[in-house]
Amino acid sequence: MAAYLIAPTIVLLAIVIGYPIVTAIIQSFQKDPGLDAATGQFVSGGFAAVSNYAHWLLQQCMNASGNTIACPPGNLGSGFWNATGVTFFFTVVTVALETVIGTWFAIIMNRTFRGRALVRAAILVPWAIPTAVTAKLWYFIFSVAGIANALFQSHILWTSDTWASRFAIIIADTWKTTPFMALLILAGLQLIPEEVYEAARVDGASTWRTFVTITLPLIKPALMVAILFRILDALRMYDLPAILTGGGGGSGNATTTLSILVVKQIRAGYNSASALSTITFLIIFIVAFIFVRVLGTNVVRTQEAQQKGTKA
Amino acid sequence: MKAARLSVIAGMAIAGLVFAGCSSGSGSTGSSTGLTSRGPITYVQGKDNSNVVRPLIDKWNAAHPNEKVTFKEQSDKADQQHDDLVQNFQAKNKNYDVVDVDVVWTAEFAAKGWLQPLEGQMAIKTTDLLPATVASATYGGKLYAAPQTSDGGILYYRSDLVKTPPTTWAEMMSDCSIAKTAGIDCFAGQYAKYEGLTVNVAEAINTAGGTIVGKDGKTPTLNTPEAKKGLQQLVDAYKNGNIPSAAITYQEEQGRQAFEAGKLLFLRNWPYVYSLAKTDGSSTVKDTIGLAPLPGNGGGSGDSSLGGHNAAISVYSQHKATAHDFVQFLESSETQKFFATQGSLAPVVASVYTDPTLVSKLPYLPVLLESIKSAVPRPVSPFYPAVTTAVQDNAYAAIKGDVTVDKALTDMAAAISAASSGN
Amino acid sequence: MSSTTAGSSTTVATLIPSRTAVRAKVRVRRKGSAQRVRTGISAIVIVVWCLLPFYWMIITAFRDVGFTYDTAFWPTHITLDNFTTAFSTALGNHLGQALLNSLFIGVCVTAIALLIGTFAAYALARLDFRFKGVVLGLILGASMFPGVALITPLFQLFTNIGWFGTYQALILPSISFVLPLTVYTLTSFFREMPWDLEEAARIDGCTQGQAFRKVILPLAAPAVFTTAILAFISSWNEYLISSQLSSDATQPVTVAIASFAGSQPHQEPYTAVMAAGTIVTVPLVILVLIFQRRIVAGLTAGGVKG
Repeated sequence: MAAYLIAPTIVLLAIVIGYPIVTAIIQSFQKDPGLDAATGQFVSGGFAAVSNYAHWLLQQCMNASGNTIACPPGNLGSGFWNATGVTFFFTVVTVALETVIGTWFAIIMNRTFRGRALVRAAILVPWAIPTAVTAKLWYFIFSVAGIANALFQSHILWTSDTWASRFAIIIADTWKTTPFMALLILAGLQLIPEEVYEAARVDGASTWRTFVTITLPLIKPALMVAILFRILDALRMYDLPAILTGGGGGSGNATTTLSILVVKQIRAGYNSASALSTITFLIIFIVAFIFVRVLGTNVVRTQEAQQKGTKA
Repeated sequence: MKAARLSVIAGMAIAGLVFAGCSSGSGSTGSSTGLTSRGPITYVQGKDNSNVVRPLIDKWNAAHPNEKVTFKEQSDKADQQHDDLVQNFQAKNKNYDVVDVDVVWTAEFAAKGWLQPLEGQMAIKTTDLLPATVASATYGGKLYAAPQTSDGGILYYRSDLVKTPPTTWAEMMSDCSIAKTAGIDCFAGQYAKYEGLTVNVAEAINTAGGTIVGKDGKTPTLNTPEAKKGLQQLVDAYKNGNIPSAAITYQEEQGRQAFEAGKLLFLRNWPYVYSLAKTDGSSTVKDTIGLAPLPGNGGGSGDSSLGGHNAAISVYSQHKATAHDFVQFLESSETQKFFATQGSLAPVVASVYTDPTLVSKLPYLPVLLESIKSAVPRPVSPFYPAVTTAVQDNAYAAIKGDVTVDKALTDMAAAISAASSGN
Repeated sequence: MSSTTAGSSTTVATLIPSRTAVRAKVRVRRKGSAQRVRTGISAIVIVVWCLLPFYWMIITAFRDVGFTYDTAFWPTHITLDNFTTAFSTALGNHLGQALLNSLFIGVCVTAIALLIGTFAAYALARLDFRFKGVVLGLILGASMFPGVALITPLFQLFTNIGWFGTYQALILPSISFVLPLTVYTLTSFFREMPWDLEEAARIDGCTQGQAFRKVILPLAAPAVFTTAILAFISSWNEYLISSQLSSDATQPVTVAIASFAGSQPHQEPYTAVMAAGTIVTVPLVILVLIFQRRIVAGLTAGGVKG
């Protein structure tokens, strides 16, 4: 029974996601094509063992005389740890902001007041605009002579200064994705029966206490799923930094995320890019594993366990 | 061993010029098939600005009812055009017959064996074409694509403030006092971290007499006083404010915006700025826009980086004879004039630039011709994506003052040789 | 926490029919104006925050292209040219067709993802079987690989089987991108459902399937609907795969907009892109609002009756 219900999902994911992952892992152990001396044409690079991985993780490059050297700045490999740091920074900050603001949005949307429909419509707007357009919009807004600087009478280099460019991306991402959080949390809130609040009110609990002791635990499952998927998405962030800053800012790589590095490397050499994709996959896997284990145990809790919990 | 191989390649590149005539098609299986076959084909190009390609194809189709051309239009973004071509070549797509290839991708695609060498019965006449455009389509001594449209840098200046445009970088820098008096910024090109930065850095280095890579397309040649002088000029100008700090965020459009708003004395940009600055409702420089070749380094005008596209025939095409005819159709003077008048696309045929009726319509043509005549293709390297990353990353840091020019050039050179050694 | 959940799931059964009444009572008794003022201010802040950039998008969409970089906060140099440009097939812009394509792809993705996602979520929430952790891990794992690296293998796969430019080549990847989220949200919501109700329905003679459809699904309506919006918009936003695998006939709006170009090489067509952005956003929001009223109301009503 369970197998039949789950099979369609697993089969589809195996074809569309599983197959590319497996090919990427296989390719990551092949060298990228090198030039054949006689013809000037690219020829297959042969077996690479783990050299593509060493390239990224240990910044090992080959120089013209075939010796292993530390990758020089301007080689994509030298940017790996920086990109990892930038990616984690964006993930932590945007997910934290989006969780807090999203919860606030959801609580307001869950109240009954005149104009609630307007608020719900407004919240959908940032998220309904295709990301490709959003990124263009913010690029336009954050241009040196754009509206952001015009409004604040400032001359901030939003796409070049180290921190300004990072915050430009954080602002744009938070604006764009908070509705996702808000909608998921709202769905969680809508499942809480009113009488639960009634009881709290009878007890004379404050709004904050009601939120912490009643609302939060009840929306925790929805919240955890929302945060988990936001983390997975943020760790793979590409469009916004790619269009807003091209990964630039600071000394040149202040906003380069892992996915930007993957895309650039795909253009320069596919097999090495496969290794980087696989590394990124493992990093995200570890983060998700820790998250599920430490924080979100009930994400994978079985019905049985839940019922046991009920009886206990 | 690697070094030995590299020097052989370097030798081959030069020898290639000699052997070009008699060497048979290299390893790729498709390059000698379908050479005489005719039939319907597909032409693949990025977004057709201002509707140039469709009328041309209609015209072709009317004359060739059995060899109709279908237009496959890609996105407006160069990166996506590149990726789309790579995907389709890897999949050996027979329906990508003639493809429009950016000058900087030609070497890469040629070395991957995806482009039909234009030799033997596929040869085209190149004597009327501007030499720089032919060089951009040549790899290992063989022509792999037909230059289709070109592009070169132009120095725009405010004719109300500057009577005679500067002919050298030093003159332009001393003219910056005029900008100071007028309360505006002096000079800007494109210095955001993207392909435009490579264009501008290559221009600076080439104009100063240096080069980025050697003739083989792989060996960095940045450890020279000329290369250093070129980059140093940009770094100094940014530091002392002759290039405004905002210019580190400029792509083409932001620079045009600043110039049209009257906030810039000099602007390095492409020909397209001219007609927009003349007609845009918001432009404050409609009657005060001046044109000049890029400033040089004492001897003649500056060495612009070459832009533009080449038309190439896919080795997987099934109807190469038709494809070959279509490519020649794109090269014809008539088509080239249409590119210029309808699409503001710079012709690759030298004679078109001096056509009096065209010059009266597009007054920038003589200046552009001078620019393209002395233009230098960006490194013609099969490893171009890695080369341009090496240039952008290090030049960006140097211009912002985060690393010294010496270190930037050393790192740039190291990253370029790493790129061609399989990283 | 678990005791609260358990508490709710046993009491909900008796309270469900009168839930609307309870809500009404609560609304009346909601403490006074202080809270209402705070809610009002919050609502205004939220609306302004969400709509301000969108406002700028609309202003730009209506602005003459020659004044693209004007920073006047109010509408100036108003024109409809950008909208005509966006729909101009003569210029190679296929926005009209692309809107239909996006709608079609979005509906297919949402329907299929919800259907098979519900199957999986039901199994994961309700049934006990071996390797459940592994299955959950596999599904989640599908959201961990950089999407940008999926393009090349998928392109090869789909062109090899002749799917290039077909709708299914765009729909299947989109479904896969939203499935993990769909399964996880639905699973987490299904777990919070009062399953005693399902038991009761089965005692009344329903099959397990009927009991689920008639009793549980209506209760989960808000969650299902939210998941549907998430799936639809995610498909609506999908760009990477479509940009490589769609043809002129099947391209969705994201691809159509990305291929907009200015009248000159290098010119960025901001005003036309903003016009197209406005065109694709407004109907979507209206649609979602209508559906939200109708569908959720319909499902909940059905649930009360059952």
